[in-house]
Amino acid sequence: MHPLAQATTQPLPLPEVDWRAIAPELALAVAGVVLLLVVAFWPRAGRGVLAGLTLAGLAAAAALTVWNWDLERVAFEGAVSLDGITRYARAVLLAVGALATLMVAQGDSREGEPDDSPPEVFPLLLFALLGMVLLAAASDLLVVFIALEILSLSLYVMAGETRRLAAQEAAMKYFLLGAFSSAFLLYGIALCYGATGSTNLLEIADATGDPTADGTLLLAGVGLLAVGFLFKVSAVPFHMWTPDVYQGTPTPVAAFMAAATKVAGFAVFLRVFAGALGGLVVSWRPVIAGAAVLTMLVGAALAVVQTDLKRMLAYSSISHAGYLLVGVAAAATVPAGVSASMFYLLTYAFMVMGAFMVVQYVSRLGPPDDDAIGERSSLEDYRGLARRHPWAAGLLAVFMLALTGIPPLSGFWAKYYVFLAGIEAGLTWLVVVAVISSVISAFFYLRVLVVAYLQEPVGDPGAETAPGRTPALGVALGLAGLLTVAIGLAPEALIAAARSAERILG
Amino acid sequence: MTSSEQAELIVFIILAPLAVVTALGMVLTRNAVYSALLLVVNFFCLAGFYVLLEAQFVAAVQVIVYAGAIMVLFLFVLMLLGIGNEVVVKEQMRGQRPAAVLLALGLLVAIVGALAAGVFDAEPASLAAANEGGNVEAIGRILFTRYTFAFETAGILLVVAAVGALVLGKRQP
Repeated sequence: MHPLAQATTQPLPLPEVDWRAIAPELALAVAGVVLLLVVAFWPRAGRGVLAGLTLAGLAAAAALTVWNWDLERVAFEGAVSLDGITRYARAVLLAVGALATLMVAQGDSREGEPDDSPPEVFPLLLFALLGMVLLAAASDLLVVFIALEILSLSLYVMAGETRRLAAQEAAMKYFLLGAFSSAFLLYGIALCYGATGSTNLLEIADATGDPTADGTLLLAGVGLLAVGFLFKVSAVPFHMWTPDVYQGTPTPVAAFMAAATKVAGFAVFLRVFAGALGGLVVSWRPVIAGAAVLTMLVGAALAVVQTDLKRMLAYSSISHAGYLLVGVAAAATVPAGVSASMFYLLTYAFMVMGAFMVVQYVSRLGPPDDDAIGERSSLEDYRGLARRHPWAAGLLAVFMLALTGIPPLSGFWAKYYVFLAGIEAGLTWLVVVAVISSVISAFFYLRVLVVAYLQEPVGDPGAETAPGRTPALGVALGLAGLLTVAIGLAPEALIAAARSAERILG
Repeated sequence: MTSSEQAELIVFIILAPLAVVTALGMVLTRNAVYSALLLVVNFFCLAGFYVLLEAQFVAAVQVIVYAGAIMVLFLFVLMLLGIGNEVVVKEQMRGQRPAAVLLALGLLVAIVGALAAGVFDAEPASLAAANEGGNVEAIGRILFTRYTFAFETAGILLVVAAVGALVLGKRQP
């Protein structure tokens, strides 16, 4: 018989569609499409309406996440897996998405000026979140790649949403370097497929346990995968894009990038490296540990010399990626590494978003530093902030102290658990480096507070413009501050929830 | 060496230098239209490689999508923007050229080292299994069964790409 005729006579087994497993993702996709239609057919819809619809979509996704909380299974023939990492990342990402929606709703223009970010930013935010949630849940390298592209493409466009030169430059840089790193990741996936015969993480885990498997080809693939992931979480030496992109991008989008991309990126990092490639830990741990050392030290050292708060936060996000890499390096042998990293992501997301919210607030107080950038984020602009805007300065203090890791705040517990996991995994030297980096970072975080609290404001106080009405930003700031303090006072419940994330389904 | 392996080798010996030469020419030529046309030849060489690797479906897609649709799009854009407008790229970074040469040499050493260490000697784990019942049939089968989920999510990716192009493109001057 002709092979084609033979093929057509065989019935095609229909795939099992597990709607419930991907319910939150479906909600995000539906909300994104609805918002696109609203934007297209109702161009006069205000930002408030669009933000409300976005929040409704996020709330629906959150409700479905709670409904699915106890579900543990692999769906779609291994394309997605529902486990602790998935649900924890879903919850954190949806919360981050809600805060980012509020920041975007506030917009980055001053009172009376027309807003220059297009309404399409709301559906793009939802699609970016969809990509992130999917990335955290993906248990097939093909789905990992597609999810990564969904979130990256959305973020490239969001970065370049305004006409400002710096934003355009940031979008271009992010796009070119991001596309380059995606190629590395794809090549890594291809080599892993060639070595193991599968793109499914569970099957790769089985194959890496098999000593007859071809080691060198697989290791080349793992190395390229690491390059792709390290770029996305902005670890040294793949960090070059971060400062320029964070500084040029409109503040709400930069906050979303800094918080949410890290959550999704590290979730997939943990699932692939600590989960599927756990059998090869001896081979990849030195690489990840080396990247962690470089990331922590270079990030902290370069943050010290920054004079722009957004740029400083970018370097600080690089050094935080280093602490998280300590968690990843520990996670393959110590389950506590997984939960400590997930808990770190939760606390870090709220701290860094809060810091960017203060930047957004201060940016409204005066003319931009530079017309190309169009924002006011130089450290000089924070002089004497406490005198005139005590609330903003107080929240700034909370976020900076939390980012430093000062005890009662959430950042302290995050570092504490990650360092504990590192020591448990026998990576004491790595933890020592992390502590040194934390000490360096205290310098630049506290310097912001010195400027805000102890220095006299420059220039004529009357020249400062009023921040205008900032209801959305106010709510977001309050929530981020409250969460940072509350998690610090009672971390037990959340770390317990993270512990349930320790078992990786693959 | 069987006769089919010999034939493969001959095709490769013809295609490989052509691919390298067209790729170099594409980067080095100053005329954008020549550059695009050299890229088309390069794409055809790649399609030939895919056939040698028993990936007939990818070879066909390479010709139809890349050499066909995407290159036509490139040429359209070039014609619309006007040819002959040479863009002079000024070097912004000091020492970028020597650093690039050094890193490229490093990469070459790494690749040659990997080849010498036998990274690519091993039989790929799954060629026979993946091509069971014919390459095109196997892809069709797997796309609508095992990879349904990935296939559907690619739809969302395309939506994002379309919206993104719209947002970036519709900007008023």
